[in-house]
Amino acid sequence: MAIQASEVNTRAVEVLDLSKRFGRTGRSRLPWRKAKSARQALDRVSLQVDRAGITGILGANGSGKSTLIRILATLLTPDAGSAAVFGYDVVTEAAAVRRHINRVSVEASFFKEMSPWENMLYAARLYGSGGEGTRARVEATLERLGLPLDTLDRPMKQLSRGQQQKVAIARSFLTSPSLLLMDEPTTGLDPRSKREVQELVTSIRRDRAATVLLCTHDLQEAEVLCDRVIVIDRGRVLAEGTPAELINRHAGADGATLEDAFMRLTGKRLLEDEEEKDE
Amino acid sequence: MIATSVRFELNAFWGFIERQKNLYRRYWAWEAVWLLYNLVSVLSIGYLASGLSSLGLQQSASGLQQAQLYLLVGALLWTYLSMVFFEVAFAVTWERWEGTIEYTFMAPIRRLTHLLGICAASLIYGIARAAIIGLSLVLLFKLDLSHANYLAALAIFAASTVPLLGLGIFTSVLPLLSPEKGDQLAFAVQGVLLLISGVYYPITVLPLPLHLAGILSPLTYTLAGVRQALLHGQSLSGSLPDIGILLLMGAILVPASVWTFSRAEIRAKRLGLLKRSG
Repeated sequence: MAIQASEVNTRAVEVLDLSKRFGRTGRSRLPWRKAKSARQALDRVSLQVDRAGITGILGANGSGKSTLIRILATLLTPDAGSAAVFGYDVVTEAAAVRRHINRVSVEASFFKEMSPWENMLYAARLYGSGGEGTRARVEATLERLGLPLDTLDRPMKQLSRGQQQKVAIARSFLTSPSLLLMDEPTTGLDPRSKREVQELVTSIRRDRAATVLLCTHDLQEAEVLCDRVIVIDRGRVLAEGTPAELINRHAGADGATLEDAFMRLTGKRLLEDEEEKDE
Repeated sequence: MIATSVRFELNAFWGFIERQKNLYRRYWAWEAVWLLYNLVSVLSIGYLASGLSSLGLQQSASGLQQAQLYLLVGALLWTYLSMVFFEVAFAVTWERWEGTIEYTFMAPIRRLTHLLGICAASLIYGIARAAIIGLSLVLLFKLDLSHANYLAALAIFAASTVPLLGLGIFTSVLPLLSPEKGDQLAFAVQGVLLLISGVYYPITVLPLPLHLAGILSPLTYTLAGVRQALLHGQSLSGSLPDIGILLLMGAILVPASVWTFSRAEIRAKRLGLLKRSG
């Protein structure tokens, strides 16, 4: 949806002292129910994202990336602090926020028995289009993304994960969001599909005015795709800057990578953190 | 501005009907099975009534036909009412199963549009399925509908839609409150409605607490009113009290259920329940 004049001078995303906690400490109010252990998903997070370009949120599993994205997508309300998208508060002005955003999540959200066309038509209807010309637009978008047109009317469940993720990105293009929230769009994809999706993300930067907020735990992906990176760990922002700035500031040595900077910042490698979580 | 907004919501409303139509078409094998299951259930009730005479439980042929019509009207209406109720009540569950709950709930539309879209699709589909079963009954049984007042029956049937949707929306809140147990509770509600609403017997035979619960069920007035119109030819004016009660119940249930749904959605967002895995 197009940005209005009153929204021009606002940042794409402004988050201030945002906190979110899941579960409850102490005993459950119901005696037969076990109290779940509380987890601080976000701890007074503050950040700003300017318009256009790709900003990466980099963190391990459980670091709070997805919680942040879900709050910005108006699917979750924060316990404290505030978050605004193009100046609209995500809690009190959720309807206005929704008009500006779309989201591509780690698992493509589709009716699996329905075809890409039927899923995209549904999305178009929810975002105010779907009339004449929609089919042609969908076909043009899918062609641009390199999806064979004969997939358009096959059930989604018959498509590979990479193809499904491409349809998810095509669906988000169809609604012309000003802010595209991408929550680990390449996780679980085979190397070829991963590269294709990454090329699509790059093309968004090249071709479109949309701002992209890309959550990832893939350091290489963040280094290649993102104009700016925000490192988040255990619900807190540890550092932010361009990948080069972060490497210079936190890794230092020649030939250092974003992974080195991440290790220095968090005290561990992403892989170790994920293994810890799995245990 | 208002016209644009209304057009936007109507477009989304149509989107839900279109989506449901596509889902019914894509799940055609399951839909065929459910249709067959419903048809067989209703036919079984019809043949049960036919068998009453051979068991020596029914004295006269006219009495037998009346009993058969009484039971068949109940079975057919229950097939329709329970199907519409199920479709509306499982609106959230269905989205969770498919993994689309987040996508639908972050769309820039009013929740009322979402719920009414699902309701409209359910009504159209429910009427189509009930019509097929009804036609089969007319072909297979010698039904005496010579006294029937179709206009009155249709009026009650139409009025019953409003509170039925309210009940459905109320029940759809359950999976929003509890992703783990909400589905089971929705099935339980459907079962209780079958027990207390006089589908196969007058509610006067029920023990007092269940009888009182039956008085509060809109389905009771639908079943009683349609039976009066079809079996005894009750006029439209004679059906007005039932129609009035149904519309009054609808006027309370629909806004109350939509409000409850919005409160449940706020709670789900606070607790992080608005996601596919619960």
